[in-house]
Amino acid sequence: MSQLSLAVSIAGLKLRNPTMNAAGVLGISAPLLRRVYDGGAGAVVTKSLGGAQRMGHSNPTLVSVEGGALNAMGLPNPGAEYFVEMIRELKGEGVPVVASFFGGTIEEFREVASVLSEAGVDALEVNVSCPNVAEELGMLGADPVNTEKVTEAVKEVARSPVIVKLSPNVTDICEIAVAAERGGADAITAVNTLKGLAVDADLRKPILTNVTGGLSGPALKPVALRCVWEIYEAVEIPIIGCGGISSGRDAVEYLLSGATAVQIGTAAMDGGFDVFGEIAEGIGGYLSENGFKGVKEIVGLAHGG
Amino acid sequence: MLGWRTEAEAMRVVKLTKVKDEARGMRGLHFEDERCSEGTPGQYVMIWNPAAEEVPMSLASIGEDGRVSVVVRPVGESTEALCGMSAGDKIGLRGPFGNGYTVQGSSPLLVAGGTGAASLKPLAEEMIAKGLKPTFILGARDKDQLLLKERLESLLEDRLLTATDDGSHGYRGYASTYAKQLMSEQKFDMVYTCGPEIMMAAVFQAAEKHGVPMQASLDRYIKCAVGLCGSCGLGPYRVCKDGPVFSSEQLREVQDEFGKKRMDPSGRAVRVDH
Repeated sequence: MSQLSLAVSIAGLKLRNPTMNAAGVLGISAPLLRRVYDGGAGAVVTKSLGGAQRMGHSNPTLVSVEGGALNAMGLPNPGAEYFVEMIRELKGEGVPVVASFFGGTIEEFREVASVLSEAGVDALEVNVSCPNVAEELGMLGADPVNTEKVTEAVKEVARSPVIVKLSPNVTDICEIAVAAERGGADAITAVNTLKGLAVDADLRKPILTNVTGGLSGPALKPVALRCVWEIYEAVEIPIIGCGGISSGRDAVEYLLSGATAVQIGTAAMDGGFDVFGEIAEGIGGYLSENGFKGVKEIVGLAHGG
Repeated sequence: MLGWRTEAEAMRVVKLTKVKDEARGMRGLHFEDERCSEGTPGQYVMIWNPAAEEVPMSLASIGEDGRVSVVVRPVGESTEALCGMSAGDKIGLRGPFGNGYTVQGSSPLLVAGGTGAASLKPLAEEMIAKGLKPTFILGARDKDQLLLKERLESLLEDRLLTATDDGSHGYRGYASTYAKQLMSEQKFDMVYTCGPEIMMAAVFQAAEKHGVPMQASLDRYIKCAVGLCGSCGLGPYRVCKDGPVFSSEQLREVQDEFGKKRMDPSGRAVRVDH
């Protein structure tokens, strides 16, 4: 009997198992990301980094709602240049690092990608889908033409695989995924948070300082799963599923729908750092119980022959 | 109602029942909240004046009848907004969050500086309920800023020791210097501290020298309060969820940061200056 392997490769990004933290979750420093890796993640994803330092929105920035959490952090980050040292520290410890990043203009995307590439990241994740900042920073990814241009610009300077993270807040996510693929994307992450609102009836006002926020957690799962399903049928490049995954079984549903790997965020609220290892183990359990030898065998299986 | 998890992280709104000075320039905000009254000493709530920013505050009183309070010193926009509130005003609440103190040993020393007395007072109450006799150093700049002094006096009697920078009450000098002196004269088996980080770092140095384990309540920039965003990172720890109370072992592990540097809201390291 051959050994069960959880290892996957996404366009050359090699992972010991298919789990990662979602961008924005625990990614602000090397020691925290190190703990994510020690907790069992296959790779770690940094907080979205920009060309300049940003303080983010003021509190309240997160609140629990029905079936999930609503947050509007506002892309706080120390700036890509500042974070290079953290990336080097993690790389020095043998941790595979995916750098999430954003830009205000196509030129800024290119510059930041270049800085992070120089730092030696294992992959770049282009955040064109933050729902919580001004249009020019957040939602370039709402438009296929811009998505393709940004992807092309990043690809010009990238020395490692380029993953484009998409937003569910669009009419047709496939159109955007196809545009990213056309721009040269090596993989897609689906999806970022779903734009939502929490209003307090006693205060008669929105709870988050930013008014609207991004919904994550179990409530996002059916939406995100549908996005993965549709993108799988529209593009050839691999997909990383993200949205409400809190168990091995949740992750398996994503793999069956077409994802090659998964990202986990809100589940760390309950599960802490060990959630990554537990979900990877859960995937392994499913594979062995059902006679599969590797993750790849079940990717997209729910789509049928 | 939320189904998928506890409701502590949801925003709930309560009315302030009483607002009063607990020492000069330090406002006690009192309210009723069942969930907070189930909290433990050292835990904190995210408290929100809806006209300003939501901020973390240690529980300063934890009544079984649901009555709780926090103490706020106006040091910025959001704390000023909280201090300007009156009874009947509505606040938003999330929590209580964090690990809180763990009562250990038989001869504890508590060292409070400034508003740090807020989180150590309910700890002293818990210790006394358990039959322990804690020694409590209450430090402040001057006698009028000795926080919750009357309550602590009735609780601790002659085991309440005061230290003021200007010598207007008790020991003249820092609470940490007084603690150092006390540790060389008496045997303690656990030190608890809350206050300015520079003070806590000095207390830690003394505790290490005398081989006494310590628990310190730390303060960082808390955003989500549920361990997700990392903005309150302290080495490999999240102050919001792994803390805010840290043990000697953990403090040794983060010795490059404790008392020295912290992350600003962007994640850049800045100096700890108080």
